[in-house]
Amino acid sequence: MTAWTRRHVLATADWSRDEIELVLQQGEAMLEVLARPIRRTPALRGRTVVLFFQEASTRTRISFELAAKALSADTTMITASGSSIEKGETLLDTVRTLEALGAEIVVMRHSAAGAAQFVADRIASAVINAGDGWHAHPTQGLLDALTLRTALGALEGRRVVIVGDVLHSRVARSDIHTLVPLGAEITLSGPPTLVPSAWRCGQLPAGVRYEEDADRALDGADAVIALRLQRERMEAGLLPSLREYAMAWGLTEARVARMRPGAPVLHPGPMNEGIEIDAAVAHGPRSLIERQVTNGVAVRMALLHLLAGTPAAEAAA
Amino acid sequence: MNVTNVRRLDAEGRERTDIVRLGDDAGRIDGRELLALPGLIDLHAHLREPGFEESETVATGARAALRGGFTTVCAMANTQPAIDTPGLVAEVLARAREARAARILPVAAITRGRQGAQLADLVELAAAGAVAFSDDGDPVDDARLFRSALEYAHAAGRPVLEHVMDRALAGRGVMHEGAVSAALGLPGVPAAAEEAALARDVALAKLTGARLHLQHVSTAGALAIVRRAKADGLAVTCEVTPHHLALTDEWVAGSRAFVWEREAARAVPYDSATKVNPPLRTAADAQALWAGIADGTVDAIATDHAPHASIRKDVEYADAAFGISGVETALAVLLMAVESGMAELGPVVRALAGGPARVLGMACPDDVILVDPALEWTVSADALASKGKNTPLLGRRLRGKVVAAVVDGEVRYRDDAALKGRMHAEAAAR
Repeated sequence: MTAWTRRHVLATADWSRDEIELVLQQGEAMLEVLARPIRRTPALRGRTVVLFFQEASTRTRISFELAAKALSADTTMITASGSSIEKGETLLDTVRTLEALGAEIVVMRHSAAGAAQFVADRIASAVINAGDGWHAHPTQGLLDALTLRTALGALEGRRVVIVGDVLHSRVARSDIHTLVPLGAEITLSGPPTLVPSAWRCGQLPAGVRYEEDADRALDGADAVIALRLQRERMEAGLLPSLREYAMAWGLTEARVARMRPGAPVLHPGPMNEGIEIDAAVAHGPRSLIERQVTNGVAVRMALLHLLAGTPAAEAAA
Repeated sequence: MNVTNVRRLDAEGRERTDIVRLGDDAGRIDGRELLALPGLIDLHAHLREPGFEESETVATGARAALRGGFTTVCAMANTQPAIDTPGLVAEVLARAREARAARILPVAAITRGRQGAQLADLVELAAAGAVAFSDDGDPVDDARLFRSALEYAHAAGRPVLEHVMDRALAGRGVMHEGAVSAALGLPGVPAAAEEAALARDVALAKLTGARLHLQHVSTAGALAIVRRAKADGLAVTCEVTPHHLALTDEWVAGSRAFVWEREAARAVPYDSATKVNPPLRTAADAQALWAGIADGTVDAIATDHAPHASIRKDVEYADAAFGISGVETALAVLLMAVESGMAELGPVVRALAGGPARVLGMACPDDVILVDPALEWTVSADALASKGKNTPLLGRRLRGKVVAAVVDGEVRYRDDAALKGRMHAEAAAR
């Protein structure tokens, strides 16, 4: 088995397939821990995990918190409203604070692309990127991969559609950089204003293609991941209206029926039901959205574990 | 001292054989394998004084420029307050005289306070010593106001130096819009933001007949518009920067390979030292800029030296200030490009001396610099005289260094350590 050598988890773009497989494998082991009546192992007892969330996030934050607690780690929270970040404290000041706290692992969410890299370059702690601007959200990519692999088996040759606001989506980027190395083929679909111009003009990453028409993109697909649409995009002149968006790219029952029978539907949450996804689809038989939540905790446990230097197999024992 | 056996080029980049003198001292300098070049003229530098003295001052900027081989430097007006009154022009000139380093030519703002709303007193500013007008850092958005600026500057006998950018298209972009910005998740500035604005400016140059100089042209498409405008006989000139000639948007993702290199050791992505406006473009754009130097479409290579205190750069990429500190690395990078075959030395020297002098409508000063093209040095915070250490070349080994600079007949910079063994007390044997 591949040995884990990374100090940080910033983005999976430069990860090997083996590294991704290792995390997924350990994530599966963690799912066993989570299935026990007492969902707790002492693996990280006495270790400190700092959760630094400059940008609001309930789901990801709670998921990391549950993961850390399930491993018996101590957690400390730094959020924008609860610290001096709002009083003009710079990211560099925050780095100094984090350093002083002596955390083994810093989990961070930040609105600026590259913020996790910035912190990782200046700190002794291990850094897990829980989302940096539009750039990356590696744990989301990994949990989506785990979810899809459980549902579909091996991802080799499987066609996964990502539909929505790709331009502003760190989820889309991390899904690409996790699923493509596992052999999946990605089709992006969304309004031209919400897909990077280079990607629409043929300069696509390996394993990825763009199909503007959502129906054509979904025809015969093996799975679809819907992205959250921010209301601000309409105000910025990138969209005529949410109604029109829902009509052309929203996941309706009719639209998901174009995929292979039983092909699953994923969404990173929180959902705008009736815009990017219909309630009937979100809560229907194809939906794996609840599985994603559980898998998220498992994958994050696996990463905390790997970074803390104890193999998951021991933790699960 | 006479410099013997030295290869000498004039302001047009032609080989010359006349004697090079370095001050009035007796003795000689063995100039074998050295280059004697005309004092270089930088059309575009930010000296930050008054207002941002923590980033640079007229004195530190003038000394840094001299070490980089630039004996004449145009100081941009985006200070605090902006250089928009004769008194402020006079102050910059006074500071420069005190520094006794590079000759500083003040550029005054086009509009009051660089606010883009009302013209500054252009005729009066010219009389006070402003050599050109520019709101650099910002374009003049209002086309009608820009037309008036061109007409007034024409009357004052000065060129307008325009920062060409469609602000709406550039939006909140922080790097070139393309495959790299898509991968990094950073908002991009499309090439069209420069090209659309440039087309407008050329139309206004045609309308007014004024001298319009386009600053830091960075895309192949923009250069094509300049080429056509020149063919149409318009009084349009342009400059390109060393960083747009040598670096690409891949540098934001961590590449450290010059345009002419296959590969180099990588750095981490999101280094804010790579954030500059206009942004680093693609290799194809850089190739087009080199072609523009060869065919004369590019009049000048200007550094756009933009020093920043670390506090403005040691932040998230999106929040970092735009700009690269470049006046001390420019010549070495260009000489390395010449050595790699990207260009001939002659046209590069012309774009650093005769070309910029023509843009300003002045005679080339009789300055001279002595360069050791084989001298290797490492770019480091300590090695830079500028207060601005913000360059993505930090840690890079460069080849080529200025070893002496003469301004107005006076040796104002001499690297005695580098000239050790070359200086002889006796006069040259005849």
